[in-house]
Amino acid sequence: MSTESRADDPRSIEASDSTRGYLGADYSIKSWLLTTDHKRIALLYLASITVFFIFGGAAASLVRMELMTPRGDVFNTPDDYNRAFTIHGVFMIFFFLIPSIPAVFGNFLLPIMIGARDLAFPRLNLLSWYVYMAGGLFTMYALVSGGVDTGWTFYTPYSTMFSNTQVIAAAMGIFIVGFSSILTALNFIVTIHTMRAPGMTWLRLPLFVWAHYATSIIIVLGTPVLAITILLVAVERLFQVGIFDPAYGGDPLLFQHLFWFYSHPAVYIMILPGFGVISEIVTAFARKKIFGYTFMAGALLAIAVLGFLVWGHHMFVSSQSMYAGMIFSVLSFLVAVPSGIKVFNWTATLYKGSVSFKTPMLYALGFIGLFTIGGLTGLFLATMAVDVHVHDTYFIVAHFHYVMVGGMLMAYMGGLHFWWPKITGRLYSEFWGALSALTIFIGFNLTFFPQFILGYVGMPRRYYEYPQEYQVLNVMSTAGASILAVGYLMPLIYLPLSLVIGKVAGKNPWGAYGLEWQTSSPPSPHNFEESPIVTGGPYDYELQEFADMHRAVQEHGIV
Amino acid sequence: MSSATAHAHDNTYGQDDTYLYHHFDDLNQQHESSSLGMWAFLATEVLFFGGVLGAFAIFQTMYAPAMRLASHHLDVMLGAVNTGVLLVSSLAMALAVRAAQLRRDRETIWLLIATIVLGSAFLGVKAYEWIHDYHLGLVPGLGFRLDLYPGRQILFWSFYFTLTGIHALHMIIGIVIMAIMAVLVWRRWFSGGGATQVEMLGLYWHFVDIVWVFLYPILYLINR
Repeated sequence: MSTESRADDPRSIEASDSTRGYLGADYSIKSWLLTTDHKRIALLYLASITVFFIFGGAAASLVRMELMTPRGDVFNTPDDYNRAFTIHGVFMIFFFLIPSIPAVFGNFLLPIMIGARDLAFPRLNLLSWYVYMAGGLFTMYALVSGGVDTGWTFYTPYSTMFSNTQVIAAAMGIFIVGFSSILTALNFIVTIHTMRAPGMTWLRLPLFVWAHYATSIIIVLGTPVLAITILLVAVERLFQVGIFDPAYGGDPLLFQHLFWFYSHPAVYIMILPGFGVISEIVTAFARKKIFGYTFMAGALLAIAVLGFLVWGHHMFVSSQSMYAGMIFSVLSFLVAVPSGIKVFNWTATLYKGSVSFKTPMLYALGFIGLFTIGGLTGLFLATMAVDVHVHDTYFIVAHFHYVMVGGMLMAYMGGLHFWWPKITGRLYSEFWGALSALTIFIGFNLTFFPQFILGYVGMPRRYYEYPQEYQVLNVMSTAGASILAVGYLMPLIYLPLSLVIGKVAGKNPWGAYGLEWQTSSPPSPHNFEESPIVTGGPYDYELQEFADMHRAVQEHGIV
Repeated sequence: MSSATAHAHDNTYGQDDTYLYHHFDDLNQQHESSSLGMWAFLATEVLFFGGVLGAFAIFQTMYAPAMRLASHHLDVMLGAVNTGVLLVSSLAMALAVRAAQLRRDRETIWLLIATIVLGSAFLGVKAYEWIHDYHLGLVPGLGFRLDLYPGRQILFWSFYFTLTGIHALHMIIGIVIMAIMAVLVWRRWFSGGGATQVEMLGLYWHFVDIVWVFLYPILYLINR
């Protein structure tokens, strides 16, 4: 272990290729697959997460193609359709939305942002990537070799007694990937507690770091409950023991309680890191200190806590008692308070800021708009009477896609464009970047807004045939999905291309504030030449010397 | 801060700077990180067991008579003996941690071996109980006798085997790591500097014991 650390001693790197930072430290395959450098592990995640995203996206396109016509024509049987949307759900949620921002940007930036040389447990970090890959490939095998038709929720007793598909294998893949998130979350919590640079007090942490702290707490407390639930499903299916099956004295509601105890907080696991990214982007491109920093940090923690108290709103129509429903309804409304704080404070940050509409900012603005719609429709669903009307319809589908895709995915794309110059040292084409942001925004709204109406007028989810009168809205939705797909394809082309033809980014292409912009792009293997000493808050855009530096960026291009 | 080797001082954790990883500033920071990491991991473990214990508690209240009836078939004496064995193993583990901090390699190794022996004895008794249960037709899915144990008793056995099963799995993992640790201390891998690692292993082992301290009353003693 200590010998390994000697191998990537900064002194030996200076001799090789110092301008390429951690990327140029070593070029062998081994140096990537056995790396303990958090930045390289982030790139391993970026590559694998992109593959899983494309996989889940392909399944989504098949689903949308099927729904273009009222008759089942793309898939031969309803079962095949069920398998397709299960692949979509399982991959997008467990292998893309949950890990993406923490595993890629969290891994890359969190140590740099707090002035540390690495995460607290670098080898554990590498292990978590291998565990992630093992879980991913396992699930992929299960879904391709026989498929699962239960939907990503694995509701019992269908999943334990009746489904004749690869439930155990898929569930075990998710069980394994859960370990990966737990390991990453542990690493983040410990790193934030013990590895902060001198002067980096808790109230000087960037909001991105706060967001990952709150997320990690949810992961640490929630994921093990999902793990045991999935284990019980496997045990019941293997030995027919009847923990959830009423025929053996079990209780299917028990599964729903355990499952949503994790899976509702999982929504916040997905969205809180997105909040962190958006806070960084908004303050950087408005050139203003974030409005209400302590409230922004507190709101993240409040959402983390409240997130654990609202799972029952998934069960309003499950014969749960009316009084339990009322309490869960009230608690669900409460989540809107910290979420509102976030949205209003971003807006207040933009107010009278000198806003520049670069690609990351376009994504961030898209995020704020779409997340607000998603959040507000969440209030509809927290209201019991409305929930009963739209339960299990496309209204729900539209709502959670607005939150997860319109929210989390926009934040992911925004973060990718914001930190791409830091990660690679190259600038991408601003024109194509802006075009992709606009295409995704338009495509997204065309895809999912009609689904609100579809759901409201009564189209249920998970059906592959529907009455003729729903076709117009479904065709709109499918057309929007095609535009969305084009929007996602563009970055797949111009971002890799920027590695070859992109301009050299320099330390700080956006003139942003924060420790990660003070080190070279790409950063050296140990992040900083010398460990930084922090003397101020995270967003001091008003400081005179910073204003001077920004003017220099404006006038002479890159510093 | 300069490179780590510049801080050539000793600390209270029985280690010197040879054991400092490159990304930490000093051993105190490194030790603090390890402990916090272990405690956070144990928090996840609490919730892992908490999920299934919560489920069991619900059924226990819903079907109390059947649960009591089923619990009758467990041997309280064997459970009590096992509880004692496990608590003594925890004592041995605690002494091993102390020995490691005092850099007494030989003592550390013997105490780790003692812990392994006691842990294995627990698993042996557990295995004996399971085999006995199997012959009585108590194992759901493997020849469960619904005619002999009617009603919701099968639920008790589902949870009994799930809970003791995942507990035993945790013990096996602990024993394997203890064996590895003993070999590493013997081969002077840490050269008296393995105190942090032994200490973290100790935390894990105590946690596994505490889980049993909960399992014993709720499974064996609910009838008494």
